[in-house]
Amino acid sequence: MKIRVLVSYKDSVLDPQGQTVRNALLTMDYDFVKNIRQGKVFEIEIEALSDERIKQVIPELADRVLANPIIEKFTWEIIE
Amino acid sequence: MSKLRFGVVVFPGSNCDHDTFHVLRNVYGQDTFYLWHKDHDLNNADCIILPGGFSYGDYLRSGAIAKFSPLMKELQEFAHGGGLVLGICNGFQVLLELGLLPGAMLRNKNLKFLCEHVHLKMENDQTPFTNQWQENRVLRIPIAHFDGNYYASSDTIEEIKTNDQIVFRYADREGRITEEANVNGSVENIAGLVNKQRNVLGMMPHPERASESLLGSNDGQAIFKSIIHHLTHSLNYS
Repeated sequence: MKIRVLVSYKDSVLDPQGQTVRNALLTMDYDFVKNIRQGKVFEIEIEALSDERIKQVIPELADRVLANPIIEKFTWEIIE
Repeated sequence: MSKLRFGVVVFPGSNCDHDTFHVLRNVYGQDTFYLWHKDHDLNNADCIILPGGFSYGDYLRSGAIAKFSPLMKELQEFAHGGGLVLGICNGFQVLLELGLLPGAMLRNKNLKFLCEHVHLKMENDQTPFTNQWQENRVLRIPIAHFDGNYYASSDTIEEIKTNDQIVFRYADREGRITEEANVNGSVENIAGLVNKQRNVLGMMPHPERASESLLGSNDGQAIFKSIIHHLTHSLNYS
């Protein structure tokens, strides 16, 4: 099984890296780009677990390790 | 007077551990030793220092992996029991990840690694780390970091201010708190803060790099001298 966890800054936190990437795109005339938020992707291979167990442990490990809840939020999905 | 015992924690990737050790042992003449992060023994230290560097290569987030080091269990117990803990730069980031201090670090606002001397205004002289401060003095101490842009929610900032937890703020040479002096974009120009109990200090500037005039500044002495004064006089702070 494979899980994908996406970690990004909370909306209330400024993301200077995202802004810089946006500015670069604007200078290349991609002037339709309104905003960019940069994040991190984790692809996690795991042993097969029950749906119930996955719903418990993935948010738990994302909250404890992958993201810092003070500044970051996360979403996750089963991709394989 | 018997010597005090200072423990300098070494993580893989620490690189200011030797500087800190040198200053405490050779400049201040204290009994200083390293503590390996995988051990479970603080060796009866009076004060623990988490040094600067790049623990675990700053992978994931600065300080994020170091917080799971075995020794951090004993460090948490030591801090909760009132023991003095000083986190410098990466050590500050580890203290934030551990939750011993409130808030988190973001990348510097200009996305640059900053390595320069800065001026600091001291906001609270009633802590074990600042009691030997000369009034109204502005310190000149170097910084060297990529992730020093201190962030906390507005509720947390209010709480920090109410409890007088802000110890250092980035300032100009006259001690004025300005946007220009706020080199990394920190909320409220925060460069260092203590916990509510006043026994844990985290700071981004490096006092160990400013403890000998040969190196351009000895303003960092205010911090080490305060710790030594506090421990030898068992002071209390309200």
